[in-house]
Amino acid sequence: MSLLSIRDLAIALPGGADRRYAAKDINFDLAAGEILCIVGESGSGKSMSANAVMGLLPEGVNAVGGTITFDGQDILGLSEQQMMALRGRRISMIFQEPLSALNPLMRVGAQIAEVFEAHGELVGSERRARALTLLKEVGIPDPESAIRAYPFQLSGGQRQRVMIAMALALEPEILIADEPTTALDVTTQAQILELIEDLRRSRGMAVIFITHDFGVVADIADRVIVMQTGTIVETGTADEVLLKPQHPYTRALIDAIPRLTRHDEVAPIDRKTVLTVEGLNKTFSTSSGTFFGKRRVVKAVQDVSFELYSGETIGIVGESGSGKSTVGRCLVRLINPDTGRVMVDGADIAHMSGADLRDQRRKMQMIFQDPFSSLNPRARVSRILTEGLIAHNVPIADAMVKARALLEMVGLDPSAMGRFPHEFSGGQRQRIGIARALALDPSIIIADEAVSALDVSIQAQVLDLLADLKTRLNLSMLFITHDLRVAARICDRIIVMQKGRIVEVGPTGKVLHDPDTAYTRSLLDAIPGQDYERALAKAE
Amino acid sequence: MKDFWKRFRYNRGAVIGLVILAIVIATAIAAPFIFPQSPWKMVQRPFLPPFTQGGLPLGTDALGRDVLSGLAHGAYVSLLVGLVSTIVALAIGVPVGAFAGYFVGRTDDALMRFTEFFQTIPSFALAIVLLAIFQPSLTYVIIAIAVVSWPPVARLVRGEVLSLRTREFVEAATLSGLGNVQIILRHILPNALPSIIVLASLMVAQAILLESSLSFLGLGDPNIMSWGYMIGAARTVIRTAWWLSFLPGMAILLTVLALNLIGEGLNDALNPRLTRKSE
Repeated sequence: MSLLSIRDLAIALPGGADRRYAAKDINFDLAAGEILCIVGESGSGKSMSANAVMGLLPEGVNAVGGTITFDGQDILGLSEQQMMALRGRRISMIFQEPLSALNPLMRVGAQIAEVFEAHGELVGSERRARALTLLKEVGIPDPESAIRAYPFQLSGGQRQRVMIAMALALEPEILIADEPTTALDVTTQAQILELIEDLRRSRGMAVIFITHDFGVVADIADRVIVMQTGTIVETGTADEVLLKPQHPYTRALIDAIPRLTRHDEVAPIDRKTVLTVEGLNKTFSTSSGTFFGKRRVVKAVQDVSFELYSGETIGIVGESGSGKSTVGRCLVRLINPDTGRVMVDGADIAHMSGADLRDQRRKMQMIFQDPFSSLNPRARVSRILTEGLIAHNVPIADAMVKARALLEMVGLDPSAMGRFPHEFSGGQRQRIGIARALALDPSIIIADEAVSALDVSIQAQVLDLLADLKTRLNLSMLFITHDLRVAARICDRIIVMQKGRIVEVGPTGKVLHDPDTAYTRSLLDAIPGQDYERALAKAE
Repeated sequence: MKDFWKRFRYNRGAVIGLVILAIVIATAIAAPFIFPQSPWKMVQRPFLPPFTQGGLPLGTDALGRDVLSGLAHGAYVSLLVGLVSTIVALAIGVPVGAFAGYFVGRTDDALMRFTEFFQTIPSFALAIVLLAIFQPSLTYVIIAIAVVSWPPVARLVRGEVLSLRTREFVEAATLSGLGNVQIILRHILPNALPSIIVLASLMVAQAILLESSLSFLGLGDPNIMSWGYMIGAARTVIRTAWWLSFLPGMAILLTVLALNLIGEGLNDALNPRLTRKSE
């Protein structure tokens, strides 16, 4: 007897969207105590299907057919009042970004107590006591002080734990988790996954877990549904889907997963140094703090030194706040370092200004993380690609020829020249960003989380493109990422950073398989889907 | 552009505003042709009520001048003052705001203290003082209005620039070797434009009100027939000939209302994500 059963669900999009249905022909059952993973790339309709269960579809999007039966009732036929009684009490949900899902002006304890209040349960002091028990249950350190904290005072992982505590408050039978770990560091992600697993076991709660990460799926799923452009393409137990995928789309997705084990050892490097960083330091501080608050000082980068050889790719990895992005930005002087030297071709970029800086900066270009905010929405591609050249006194006609060649080089049609960024997909925009970085013929590329915002299949394509360009143009690359699997795929050497300091440097194979420090080991252990990866390797 | 018009039309009030404004503009342009005679010329006995004499549908004022002709010529003055003073205010406010927001630090402090200096003085009082110092000609009226209305522009532009300057595409432009002025002009301001346009449409309305108030107090250009002057002149006879104040008052009300409606429509059309929840 299944707890939730969805039959022939169809969710219509408003007119003018790129397709008629957000999701169509959705059929699945969820048993008590089961973890069901819905996997798919962005736009596959995985979140919409889950939102339909909660009755939380966005305006203009409606369920137009089929049934969602929960405990013998059809949810789609319920009134808003009846839905409200169901939501939170029997089915609850956690979201991707806990910071925006929590009220920033309310203390954590009050927000949890509010859940009881909304459903008219318990009285004041009991609510508080329950909130405290819940915080203990979700494993927040020092729950007595956390209950009085505001969301901004907690870390990302702690906030997600608070969200889970709120979702669990009324002991729901179903928990819907929509990409709950995507915004978190890999070590925090591992802890949250463990927590969800524990709660499922101790409470017999059913979980619908939406994710794009097959590693996560492999670690927690009992059953898996794979979705593509609004339809279910494959469904089965975790082992069936992950180890013996039937549908070509599932196979393509699994092939696209970057793996730790897949790494070609590089020949020892005896090439010339293109970049030398010596004793780089950067400290951020709030100018004076608030009236009573203390001046806050963050040592973002402390005494960072390394050398980048010609034709080499170094991966800088670390958790959020480790200072890896600050290092990248200090090198190109988007942030001015406090002390230290950045030597390129015998010149120190860290202490240049004006025309000298402009000339030297040509040699070091950057690829940014967010393909949406890194291109000016009001500039055509032609302008995006040519204006750097024009600023360096290249005649316009030559710049246009070069821009066309660049587009071809990154795998786009030269007809893209006359279009605006919003006319492209995320992967295509990232290609434009790469073309822009290459426009000035740099010798060093700094890629700051360049593939983190992309779906796995697109991610694989962009990584291949970068590797290909690197060899063709003899580039050296600094690849900043939080994802060790991505680093494994593309880097020759890896620098591990923690709290602004370099904790480990070494060849990729050594760092990933035989690390010297406990910190690197903890990062590696936290990568989801490792058992699965070994199983896959054995099968191959 | 098509999308823009579609979203603009979605707001019915904005379309009504556009129609009213179109009528006012048409009147202003047509005024010298329909009423070739000076609006100051006395044409009939004074205090002729509306709709009593053919050829003078809105009657005459205290000196026997044609009210309809005055309204038509006044439309031209109001629109001219509104538009030109807004352009001048933008010409001061946009660069001040852009430099303050882009360069932050000392530049920002200096420019913002300067802006606050203007903001701390009540704008109407400052306009009166300025006009009392200069001769009350149309040029000085426009300058006075512009001088009191640029600070909000500077504030708005500064805020927009502050948030845009940290965007990745601006960093990319910096890395490409573009100069600061190029980055401001080509990357930052075009993205701040929607908010500036919306503010400008509301500033035109504000300027028309200011001009009317100044003329009402007799500080406007004495050689130009404006709506504010007409109300000011009819103020003493409001009990016996109320329509002399009422008609130009309605003209001001409708024009200002139209501009406000348009501003709101522009806001919906240019910043769709801010105003409506979802498509």
